[in-house]
Amino acid sequence: MKAKVTITPRRGVLDPQGRAVLGSLHSLGYSEVTDVRVGRCIELELDPLAGPDGLPVDASAMEGRLEEMCRRLLANTLIEDYRFEIESVTP
Amino acid sequence: MKIAVVVFPGSNCDHDAWHAFRNVLGVEAFFAWHKEADLKGADAVILPGGFSYGDYLRCGAIASLSPVMEEVVRFAKAGGPVLGICNGFQILCEAGLLPGALLANRSLKFICRDVHLRCDAPGTPFTGRLEKGQVIRMHIAHAAGNYFAPPETITRLEGEGRIAFRYTDPSGRLDPWWNFNGSVESIAGVLNEGRNVLGMMPHPERVSEEILGSIDGLTVLGSLVDFLDSATPMRARRFVPTSGLKPQRRPGGKRREPSFPGR
Repeated sequence: MKAKVTITPRRGVLDPQGRAVLGSLHSLGYSEVTDVRVGRCIELELDPLAGPDGLPVDASAMEGRLEEMCRRLLANTLIEDYRFEIESVTP
Repeated sequence: MKIAVVVFPGSNCDHDAWHAFRNVLGVEAFFAWHKEADLKGADAVILPGGFSYGDYLRCGAIASLSPVMEEVVRFAKAGGPVLGICNGFQILCEAGLLPGALLANRSLKFICRDVHLRCDAPGTPFTGRLEKGQVIRMHIAHAAGNYFAPPETITRLEGEGRIAFRYTDPSGRLDPWWNFNGSVESIAGVLNEGRNVLGMMPHPERVSEEILGSIDGLTVLGSLVDFLDSATPMRARRFVPTSGLKPQRRPGGKRREPSFPGR
């Protein structure tokens, strides 16, 4: 099982990196671009059978745990937004 | 009086802070390793500058979850004085001890230069030697020192007198040009609600001796020592050095010329 977490700067928070990229795209002639926000992407490998205390984690609990990981470490919710997708890999 | 300087992997101003307290101000200082959840009875805690954990994820994010930080949070919540400098400020924000966050500098560049700071919150454990509006010169060296907090937080900080320092021009006037990193309201340092936790981007320990070009940093570090002095019983004040460098006495809290080994 895999999860992909995407973190972007919040609207209203200055994103100097996004602004620099926007300026660069404009100088290349891509004038249709009106805003750029540069964030980061984190890929997690998950083993649902290896939960805390050796207990399995079911799908809905996994979503809750990912939410928790984002709030506690992966994103700073004061300045960043996050979203994630869980991809189950079928053999 | 004992001052703990926390060392994270990647801290690089820990020795400077230790040196300023021990050899310039003449008080006992020791290093506390990030993996040990023990402050060994310290009376104040310094979170030094550097690049803890390589600044991975976000500056200060990983350090804020290290074992020693649980102790530091407990210590701060009990009213113990904690000073976070540069990366230490970022760690305090990530740990939730201070409001706001530090974003990449407006210019996206690492900025290393002298700045002027105006003290807007005198009379705290860190600003006892300063007067309201007094301008001091210090050094900044960071890539992410652009202080951000939502407008309602800024209004609250302002109302409660918790903005300790602002970047200003040499005369103490706010000027966007002198706000090099682009911080909201030119904020360089903020206090927590109890005024026992201060986070600041500029480095007082780097300007604590004449040989370094300025002793303005002693206004902050010395204020902390004064504060602890007034709170420590007489018999506990005497510092007996264990080895090496000679400590400085501080007659009446005045600063003295530093001494170096071999001089």
